[in-house]
Amino acid sequence: MLDPLVIATLQSVVASASPLIFAGIGETLTERVGIVNLSLDGTILLSAMAGFAAAYLGNSLLLGFFVAAVVGALVALVVALSSIVLKQDQVAIGFVLTLLCADLSSFIGLPYVRIPGPSVPYMPLGVLASIPVLGEVFFRQNLVVYASYVAVFLAWGWLSLTRPGLRLRSVGERPEAAFARGIAVNRLRYTYAAIGGALVGIAGASYSLSVKLGWSHRHTSGMGWIALAIVIFGGWSPFRVALGAYLFGALKSLGSILQPSYPNVPTQVFQAAPFALMVVALLVVGGGAAWVERYVPAKLQRGILALIGGSPPAALGKRFEQL
Amino acid sequence: MKRSGVTQLALMLSPVVVTLLFATLILLAAGANPLEAFGNILAGAFGSAKKWGDIAVVMVPLALCAAGMLVTFAAGLWNIGVEGQIVAGALAATWVALGVQGPPWLILPLTLLAGAAGGAVLGVVIGALRTWGRVNEIFAGLGMNFVMVALTNYLIFGPWRPPDGATMSGTEPFPLAARMPMIGSSRASLVSIGLAVAALVIVYFLLRDTHWGLRLKAIGLNSAAAARMGINTHREMIVAFVVCGLMAGIAGSLQTTAVYFRLIPQVSGGYGYLSQLVVLLSGLRAVAVPLIVFFFGAVQVGSPRLELRMQLDSSLGGILQASMVLFFFLIKGWRQRLADRKERNA
Amino acid sequence: MKIELVNIHKRYGAVVANEGVNLTIAAGEIRGLLGENGAGKTTLMRILSGYTFADAGRILLDGVEHHPSSPADAIRVGVGMLHQDPMDVPQLSVLDNFGLGQSGGLYRRRRPMLASLEHLCQRFGFKLDPEAVVGSLTVGERQQLELARLLALGARTIILDEPTTGISAPQKALLFDALKHLAQEGLSVVFVSHKLDEVQSLCDSVTVLRKGRNVGELEAPFDADGLVHLMFGQQLPAGARPVVPIDGGALEVRQLSVRDHRLSLDGVDLHVRRGEVLGLAGLEGSGQQLLMQAIAGIVRPRAGSILLGTEDLAGRPYGAFRDRGVALVPAARLEEGMIPGLSLREHFALCHHCGHGLVLDWPAADSLTREQIAAFHIVGQPLTAVDKLSGGNQQRALLALLPAELTVLLLEHPTRGLDVSSAQWIWSNLLARRERGTALIFTSTDLDELLQYSDRIMVFSGGRVSAPVDAPTVTVQELGYLIGGRGL
Repeated sequence: MLDPLVIATLQSVVASASPLIFAGIGETLTERVGIVNLSLDGTILLSAMAGFAAAYLGNSLLLGFFVAAVVGALVALVVALSSIVLKQDQVAIGFVLTLLCADLSSFIGLPYVRIPGPSVPYMPLGVLASIPVLGEVFFRQNLVVYASYVAVFLAWGWLSLTRPGLRLRSVGERPEAAFARGIAVNRLRYTYAAIGGALVGIAGASYSLSVKLGWSHRHTSGMGWIALAIVIFGGWSPFRVALGAYLFGALKSLGSILQPSYPNVPTQVFQAAPFALMVVALLVVGGGAAWVERYVPAKLQRGILALIGGSPPAALGKRFEQL
Repeated sequence: MKRSGVTQLALMLSPVVVTLLFATLILLAAGANPLEAFGNILAGAFGSAKKWGDIAVVMVPLALCAAGMLVTFAAGLWNIGVEGQIVAGALAATWVALGVQGPPWLILPLTLLAGAAGGAVLGVVIGALRTWGRVNEIFAGLGMNFVMVALTNYLIFGPWRPPDGATMSGTEPFPLAARMPMIGSSRASLVSIGLAVAALVIVYFLLRDTHWGLRLKAIGLNSAAAARMGINTHREMIVAFVVCGLMAGIAGSLQTTAVYFRLIPQVSGGYGYLSQLVVLLSGLRAVAVPLIVFFFGAVQVGSPRLELRMQLDSSLGGILQASMVLFFFLIKGWRQRLADRKERNA
Repeated sequence: MKIELVNIHKRYGAVVANEGVNLTIAAGEIRGLLGENGAGKTTLMRILSGYTFADAGRILLDGVEHHPSSPADAIRVGVGMLHQDPMDVPQLSVLDNFGLGQSGGLYRRRRPMLASLEHLCQRFGFKLDPEAVVGSLTVGERQQLELARLLALGARTIILDEPTTGISAPQKALLFDALKHLAQEGLSVVFVSHKLDEVQSLCDSVTVLRKGRNVGELEAPFDADGLVHLMFGQQLPAGARPVVPIDGGALEVRQLSVRDHRLSLDGVDLHVRRGEVLGLAGLEGSGQQLLMQAIAGIVRPRAGSILLGTEDLAGRPYGAFRDRGVALVPAARLEEGMIPGLSLREHFALCHHCGHGLVLDWPAADSLTREQIAAFHIVGQPLTAVDKLSGGNQQRALLALLPAELTVLLLEHPTRGLDVSSAQWIWSNLLARRERGTALIFTSTDLDELLQYSDRIMVFSGGRVSAPVDAPTVTVQELGYLIGGRGL
């Protein structure tokens, strides 16, 4: 039997990681189809605010999540349209949207600052919740967290097992070949940008309605960037992305848990830790993988690279011209 | 097809018009009077002579950072870490200001050097992470930004806290020897303005007329071919980050020695991110930067009045700035699309 | 399927690709489509297979008019095209690529797909591993997969665009057998090529295109001279081989080992003398590019030495090689050789350091550029962006950007994509360098080019290298066998 404090910590980790999972999985789908949505940080802020406001005004959590998803999808579509139809650089548009959406969230959200609002109720899952350790950690959460588990499995299943998933992957790797096989490249790009964006929107709502209740200026600051890094760290693969999300969730929770035990360590270390870790994680996956490829004997490489290697979809960020 | 001057002007201003329309919609949705809001911003920016000094104060870091980022953009790099470079410069300058005793003609140049060095060091870090660590400079820069902010907070609430106790106001005010001289009774400093102008001019010539500038351009367009042609891409990219860091670091040091006269938690004020918008809007042309910096500066100075007078969040200013850039890109893309279609039908 | 192309017109801006082309192919016929580069063969086939639209003209398949709006549309009516670089997704597996684009339910059922693939492979003698990642296959195998896929989708016409570039002799034999079988079953085959001997051995009839027009059709057996006359307008004299004194060693390679993620080259020995031309033959991806990149200092060898004179450069940085006069001209001109977006003048300014210290001297760069434009007959202005130049002019520009004196000049496919007169000009320029003592090493898939210009030829096959053979005494057959892997 594990110490209840440890269980509580792990529960908190899983809960605080769930928005990162939604955002990470959503962006994984978007990037696998070839589009970079750099606006994640701003989108999460805007959808968190919009979701909270909608849930508060309509007194309905469902409405809140729905509105947040729509906001997320719309922002992603702006990125997709600008890139496909208007031929602008995805990174530039994404960056500008990050700032714009963040400011929009602060401006429109002003009336809702620090107002108590609805929150997703705690919902332990009966039998599953009584499994020692695993059950206590994973199945004594709320509906949103359970949905995050489903999202990971669905995404994996979609990509690996279905025909539409195969088409998705081909568009992100070699759109000309996909086009030659009758796949509507750009239409798929819009679709998955929207779906990914909707998931990012849900990530935002799960902050303001589940993890960090309420709304305030720059409520979730930085999480969008972590989500983008998690996609890279996770090698564009749903399970690894989820692993990354839990890792960062752990770091965030650990900060508030460990602080009392180590009063001499400045709080800022815990504040900065996720972002320092982000850089380290990318260093491992980037430079580290390159080092492995160069110096580690070939037989050992495969195992290590399965864990830390991973290249982006070949056509990521590139435009597809139909002649 | 030669366009008349009027049409040219109209096209250039179209993003502004669309931005104002967009902002109007947002204001109406928030239940505010758009005209009153815009009026307040204008009044906040140009209402008094003192305000012109304030605008100059804001323009300085924007111009310095924009100049630095013209260099990194030329090399095809997204130096989002410029925000952290400002902070690094501010920290280094604070260290000199609080720690070194001496007359102004010694201290002030030292703070500038320290600021430049601080920004440059961060530039080396970001550059190294990118070239050898294969970490995209967007993430390397962002990571450093957050780390620098945390470091600042730590110093303000820790080793550098005022003797009376740590507060959100920052460190102790700097001794007089570590404060830049002001122009008259305004808050603007001649040194700051001079440095900002110099930075823009230097970068303009650097990119247009030097070998190094051409090499950067080559790297930005095709780094693989540039390497084949004998250009040391790793070195030049790191140098680009360093040059940007020099200018951003100086901007940071000026924030402490010429604006706040102390180190405050938000010393960089988002100027790093804002200057990215400036450079994007300028189409990477140095000549367009001064006007854009003026406009952004005016919005920055005028927006807080919205909070005072209308209970609106001052982030409306940020909305105006960011949507200008967004619509600039969207309109540019749309016009290009129309032009392509015309050419195909011809 | 019977194919009729009636009065097809297509232009790209000012360039006329197809002008009033009429073409009729009967069912069960193997038609060769001959012509030099730029004659309009590929454009015509792209129109037929739905990759692009004709400006005017009609397409009739079995008497019914069609307007294929996309490649998928075309295969639905039975027209399938096999590209020189097959349109597959390298990151996916063979089975995935085979099934991609086939309609079906949500779940991918492996077994029927596997059975279908195996059936087709057995029919033609293809050996494909369904789980292999396509990126690891050879070009020949990727072609086989694509052919199987098109047949599975019900193609009744197969168009092949220069299919034999980069495939082995056994693979070519397999392919030609498959095509003959398909023709017997009533499919029509269009074989686009510029290789006379292959057309002669495979096709029932030939159509020749020149400058966008159909200039003639012949039935088998073909008169080679007649075909050449139709293709080029007149007999091209074979270039005379100048006799050049070859003396002194320029480059020596000892026991070199180089590796990249797909291939490893071990224990390579070679020596090249001043003024000598060494041709590297073999299929693409057999190691020639890797070796040249190692000699140029672009790729670091794992073992061995690269000696220029008495100095061993192996392991030294790229700059050291450039300083000693080693240069490589890449085949991917705009991706690896030049900077799209920059002008000719800017390229010369970059390469020749016009001006003093930090500051660029634009007028000096300008006059240097004009000089070189004239010397190399480049069609362009100093301010022209290099991506706006034609392929031939880009190649001339690449040569113009090289230093005047070089110890070793390595060239990847120096005349690829160029028409005959451009190719000849490039070679005359290269031979001029050799007279000044530069050693030349080049790769080519054109056996004629290799035989004509090399003093010696080394053949690469799957990472193994033959001993150098004397070019004047070796025959095309011997060379072909060596390339196929025999005798190495």
